[in-house]
Amino acid sequence: MRRDRLTQGLVFVLSIAAALAFWEVVSRTGVISQKDLPSMSTTFRELWSLLKTGDFWIAFAQTVRGWALGLGVATALAVPIGILLGSSDFAASAFRVPIEFLRPIPSAALIPLLFLTLGTTLNSEIFLAAFGAFWPLLVQTMYGVRDVDPVALDTARSFGVGRFERLYRIKLPSAVPYIATGVRISSGVSLILAFTAELFMGNPGLGQKVNFAQSFGLENQLYAYALATAFLALAIHLFPPTVERRALRWHPSQRLGAA
Amino acid sequence: MNARTYLAAKVGAEIAVPIALLAGWQIWTAEAGSQKFPRLSTILVEFKDMWLFSQFGTHVVPSLERIGLGFGIAVVAGVALGIPLGLSRWARLWAMPHIEYWRAMPPPALLPISIILVHSIGNVQKVSFIAFFCLFPVLLNTIDGVRGIDPTFVETARSYGLGAFERVRRIVLPAALPQIFAGMRNSLSLAVIMMVLSEYFSSTSGVGYVLLISKNTFDFGPMWAAILLIGVLGYLLNVLFVILEQRLLAWHRGWRATAPV
Repeated sequence: MRRDRLTQGLVFVLSIAAALAFWEVVSRTGVISQKDLPSMSTTFRELWSLLKTGDFWIAFAQTVRGWALGLGVATALAVPIGILLGSSDFAASAFRVPIEFLRPIPSAALIPLLFLTLGTTLNSEIFLAAFGAFWPLLVQTMYGVRDVDPVALDTARSFGVGRFERLYRIKLPSAVPYIATGVRISSGVSLILAFTAELFMGNPGLGQKVNFAQSFGLENQLYAYALATAFLALAIHLFPPTVERRALRWHPSQRLGAA
Repeated sequence: MNARTYLAAKVGAEIAVPIALLAGWQIWTAEAGSQKFPRLSTILVEFKDMWLFSQFGTHVVPSLERIGLGFGIAVVAGVALGIPLGLSRWARLWAMPHIEYWRAMPPPALLPISIILVHSIGNVQKVSFIAFFCLFPVLLNTIDGVRGIDPTFVETARSYGLGAFERVRRIVLPAALPQIFAGMRNSLSLAVIMMVLSEYFSSTSGVGYVLLISKNTFDFGPMWAAILLIGVLGYLLNVLFVILEQRLLAWHRGWRATAPV
């Protein structure tokens, strides 16, 4: 068992090392010219020198802010609305058509409209990120509230538990894993759209830096910023499951041995 | 309130709420007279003038072409890579770090890089950009689908002397197909988004290009018409896909329905 994990770790490290070496070779030997694809060592050196500037960290913080506020606004709206639509059959069918029509509209299509109405402000970035992040979370919450064990609900009702108590004690706890999954999906969406707003509308942040680097033909910087963005995305992608496991320790889905 | 009036009220609400929203939009915009938010009727007229069908050939067809090609390449590549990765634990160990990394990458971050690498803002760049990001849902679902196959099937096929290629063709691929389709559906809606992004960043034709131009000229009519078109396009592609899926996977549902649990 322990040897197995050791091999897995070894393969993981080797696999990444091989990819980085491949990158270096492809660029150094000129398969793709160094102007188009700066070598791995050049890019990491560039990233390292960027990391030492305050400018980089300000842009980084601005992107993180856009992500956090977008996700926050989306959660604050999607969870209550999802609970409402999930627990009322009537409300769900009343708003089904508008939701089904608005949901598939790609947020990217809203960029020019936001640019001309809200401009290059923090609000436009938050709106874009929140709009995209809202839908997956809404759908997840609705499913979660609907997927309550009916026996538990009936039992509570027969014990005379009131409507609010039922919502708070039974529906919400059973919907939490669904909501957690929704937050995870929406978190990635929110980051992508915060970055998109910066790249396309010029809101300050990593996206704007990428845009500048491209406009001025600074390939090394362009690749370094793209690399930094990917690391940020990876961190945000890997972070929630850890939090989820800790926060949902009480839930059956997280118990040891659960499939 | 008895059950029948409740049902009638529910159906009524389902029809009335969207109509009320649209009417509200029309009344509000007529009242406000804002150039940024044109009346619903104006948008619809603009929509008809632009897309039915005077600019259909110049802008919608190129966009559809890019979606189709990018999506097609992604599906073929995703299945071709996903089957060996699903079958071999070693291959997965080697490949998963890279798949996870590229999947987490925000697509717009690669837009400028894709232009530099391909030296074009034409179809080659657009299609490869769309294909690259549509690959992941298909790939991951194929891997999961192949891993989820009952090993008895594969063992039985082997004991009957089926070769590796035949096993994949007759057992592995059909068994993984429902999940591959689930991945394809995600990829298809992703393809529409990637199309808009890549055309909006730099292009000379397409629906995204119309968005870009209308932004630069402060022309709100075509902009709203383009937003509406993108929504309709995404919706129609999804409906088409679901119909296709139901036909192609009819055997699967039939088999599931009769299989003992």
